Amino acid sequence: MNIHTIAGHLNGLCDQSKTGFQFDCYPIDGDVEVLQVNIVGREEIPVFVSVTDNQILCISYLWGENEVNQARRAEMFETMLELNIPMPLSSFAKIDDKYVVYGALSVQSSMEEIEQELAVLSDNCLEVIDELVEFLI
Amino acid sequence: MGILNKILTAFRGGATEVGQNIVDANSTRIFEQEIRDAEKHLTRAKRELTDVMAKEMQASREIDRLKRSVVEHEGYVTQALDKGNEALAIEIAEKIAQLDEELAEQQTANDSFSSHAVRLKDLVKKTERQLNDYQRQLTMVKTTESVQKATATITDSFASSNSKLLNAKDSLERIKARQQQFDDRLKASETLAEENSDKSLHAKLAEAGIGEQKSNANAVLDRIKARKG
Repeated sequence: MNIHTIAGHLNGLCDQSKTGFQFDCYPIDGDVEVLQVNIVGREEIPVFVSVTDNQILCISYLWGENEVNQARRAEMFETMLELNIPMPLSSFAKIDDKYVVYGALSVQSSMEEIEQELAVLSDNCLEVIDELVEFLI
Repeated sequence: MGILNKILTAFRGGATEVGQNIVDANSTRIFEQEIRDAEKHLTRAKRELTDVMAKEMQASREIDRLKRSVVEHEGYVTQALDKGNEALAIEIAEKIAQLDEELAEQQTANDSFSSHAVRLKDLVKKTERQLNDYQRQLTMVKTTESVQKATATITDSFASSNSKLLNAKDSLERIKARQQQFDDRLKASETLAEENSDKSLHAKLAEAGIGEQKSNANAVLDRIKARKG
């Protein structure tokens, strides 16, 4: 399993998509290969996919620390913790100064599972921003 | 424990610098080396254990043989005494004494093998636990490393393409606006399709009283009255 097989599958889906979404994938070169997955109509919030020895990580950036209303930061954390379990397949995390939602999959996952993960992650992202926008500047 | 603390300390120490190497390659190599060492220990301990267990079985078989031999010779002593052959009885008794000695030796060896086997089994268990722990820690280190590098890759890519990740509010608004536009267009085209359809024309004609009229009760009644008259 690597990002190129995932990209090949997603780009080839067209109307065969089981999630109703269309995906545009762009591999990004670097120390670790990352796949940028754009969901058609939601290009502003891409999902980034990387594959390690034992898991597939799908990450979407929510907002930076600089977008957070610092006076309501603790409240935002509490809301995130409360939403963490109800939110299907994804969890909250922080990388450097950015808040993210992510999902981790086994490297043995099927393409359908990856497709579903990406769709759910994207839906979660929009819903989370909509819900937590009150904590942002 | 341990590794999580190291990761957190590194994060807090350098959290401001995006993509900074939190886990140095060195610690990953050290972990991998430790895992290889533990695996080697495990293989050696397992091989030794098999060896010791085989020796233990051998010793216990030997003990059984000696015990049977002692009983057998004790029978011979009784028989010799029954026949009044005291000299032979003493000779056999000496043999028994020799067997007893061997038996004691084998018993000591067997005990030592048994306790050695128990120690080795403990060692194998302990090493296996340690190995699992190292592997779990290595996974954490590697994942951290990979996420860092991926973040650096993403940041670089956006910087070089002169595009940037929008802030959350703007992104959401744009996506919503696009969705709204799509929905509006869909609705508009549905309305248009409806207006252009025959169904719509028929309805308009019927409303205007033009074309085929639906029969109603009054019309039927009129028809029947006319026939009667």
